[in-house]
Amino acid sequence: MNESLYRTMYLIRRFEETVLAEFARGAFSGTTHTYLGQEADAAGVLAHLSPDDLVVSNHRCHGHFLAYGGDPRSLFAELMGKASGVCGGRGGSQHLHWRNFYSNGILGGTLPLAVGMALAEKRKGSGAVTFAFLGDGALGEGAVYEALNFASLWSAPILFVLEHNHWAQTTPTHLALAGTMTGRFAAFGITARELNTSDVLVIHAAAAELISQVRVEGAPRALIIETERFGPHSKGDDPRPSEELERLRRERDPLAIHAPRLPAEARKAIEGEVDAVIHAAFQQALADPSPDAAALTPAIMP
Amino acid sequence: MTSVLESLNGALRRALEEDPRVLLLGEDIVDPYGGAFKVTRGLSSAFPGRVLATPVSEAGMMGVAAGMALRGFRPVVEVMFGDFLTLMADQIINHASKLGWMYAGAVSLPLVVRAPMGGRRGYGPTHSQSLEKHFLGVPGLTVLAAAPLPIGAGDPGSLLHAAIRADQPVLFVEHKLLYPLALWDGDRLAELDFTPAGADAYRLSLRAAPAPALTIAAYGYMAELAREAIVRLAYEREIFCELVIFTRLSPFDPQPLLESVRRTRRLLSVEEGTRSLGWGAGVLAAAAEGGLPLLAARRLAALDLPVPASPALEKAVLPDVDAIIQAAQKMV
Repeated sequence: MNESLYRTMYLIRRFEETVLAEFARGAFSGTTHTYLGQEADAAGVLAHLSPDDLVVSNHRCHGHFLAYGGDPRSLFAELMGKASGVCGGRGGSQHLHWRNFYSNGILGGTLPLAVGMALAEKRKGSGAVTFAFLGDGALGEGAVYEALNFASLWSAPILFVLEHNHWAQTTPTHLALAGTMTGRFAAFGITARELNTSDVLVIHAAAAELISQVRVEGAPRALIIETERFGPHSKGDDPRPSEELERLRRERDPLAIHAPRLPAEARKAIEGEVDAVIHAAFQQALADPSPDAAALTPAIMP
Repeated sequence: MTSVLESLNGALRRALEEDPRVLLLGEDIVDPYGGAFKVTRGLSSAFPGRVLATPVSEAGMMGVAAGMALRGFRPVVEVMFGDFLTLMADQIINHASKLGWMYAGAVSLPLVVRAPMGGRRGYGPTHSQSLEKHFLGVPGLTVLAAAPLPIGAGDPGSLLHAAIRADQPVLFVEHKLLYPLALWDGDRLAELDFTPAGADAYRLSLRAAPAPALTIAAYGYMAELAREAIVRLAYEREIFCELVIFTRLSPFDPQPLLESVRRTRRLLSVEEGTRSLGWGAGVLAAAAEGGLPLLAARRLAALDLPVPASPALEKAVLPDVDAIIQAAQKMV
């Protein structure tokens, strides 16, 4: 388990580093939101996925997608707007769908959908649970609270994973949030567990407990993870001083925290394998063709 | 004689009977109340567990329904007043309408939102609007409008039933004053020729009359008022018109319109929504772009004001039969 968790986190780390570096060189278009620093959240939580489970993600979705098992080449290609992208280049960085993974870039608006999906699975008796990710910034959106009310009222089998990275773009949480995060879930009768950690094993253990409760009771739970974002919100919008970022990388790097648990050779083997995967995925995506604009079909042709 | 309300209620009942994936969601839609306008009356009793009373939570219910649609159900959402669509707009525009295409066609969203729209009941500025114009032209969203058309030829129930069976999101507009109206039948169409004009439009004109000199385009409750207007125009003014009624507003297929205007060379659009940059603007633009030698073109619509509560003021803001007659007279 230690090795697979490390592999997932390292895969996300290398993917996102490549994204930022190659964005600067013009390989990608549009925008992106990287998951650097938060790798332990996706790796620890999504290690508990069963094959039929659903994941609903937000704008910062690359880490969730890769931890779900998504193909790095398809994701690179999607960020490049290529035909081989996850959604054929239609969605870009924050709009992904593959198997039971769904993301959308509208903060908070994804949660009512996630609750509806969880309720649909419950109605079908599939046994699937839904993992719904949101960030602290989304707590300003009213749709979140409508979704929590529905989830509790109609007993949706869903785990809300709130990644509290202290920043909504460039606005610190204390300028955006009154009250407490646990209190928000408690108000709807949803049990929430709050962690302040970048240790994937701690997250893994807490998620295990909550997911098992969701599966057994067919009712919602919430996991709040206080985490640290190492990169900018998007590409160049980070007001934090570099000393602060250096401190966070020293103290809260999920890879550095977890790496000592692996034999050095195993760790190096994983890193070598993943480096090759990322390199090949990027090169393949780069060589892939663009989508055919002539194939666009509006409902009514002008 | 079947009313629009019975037609819609019957369609929901039929859809629930035929397909276990169909669910109804909305505020106050369960018995004994049966919905603010009674369209769902009897259905929660007949289909326990499938007609779900929601909290007062429009964005939430719309998102929940879209999530259910993504995962294999066919939800029909009732928004109590069409005015509240503003609260659902993010879910409709940024989620439900977009996901199918954005996810490269890998998902479908069979979902209907029923929206009672319109004024003339004195409900005032926030419960009387015709807001559908804001949802026209949204890629991935079909907007349909019920009119009291005959059974088997555009009747509201068949239109709704087809919408529920479709695999994409549909906004289904129901003007509140339509509910008690009888569907057009032999009596109401006694002196009229009523024929389909393409898949989503219908043509109405006076039987055995001279060639029409004006095309009137309308949908929803305005189709009912325009029907009265063309009869009166013929008998009282000897102005002969052809009414083209659209049941699908968006995506907009202008062919039935162009076919009619090519003959009449005059076009009047009538709608209950506000006049500026609305449905009629799109209708007139389609006619202009169609390269037709137009002699006259006008839009009749609500004044660009909120809908007042006072009956005297509301009547002045919303177009009625007399307004249609006056507009037509100015054009012929």
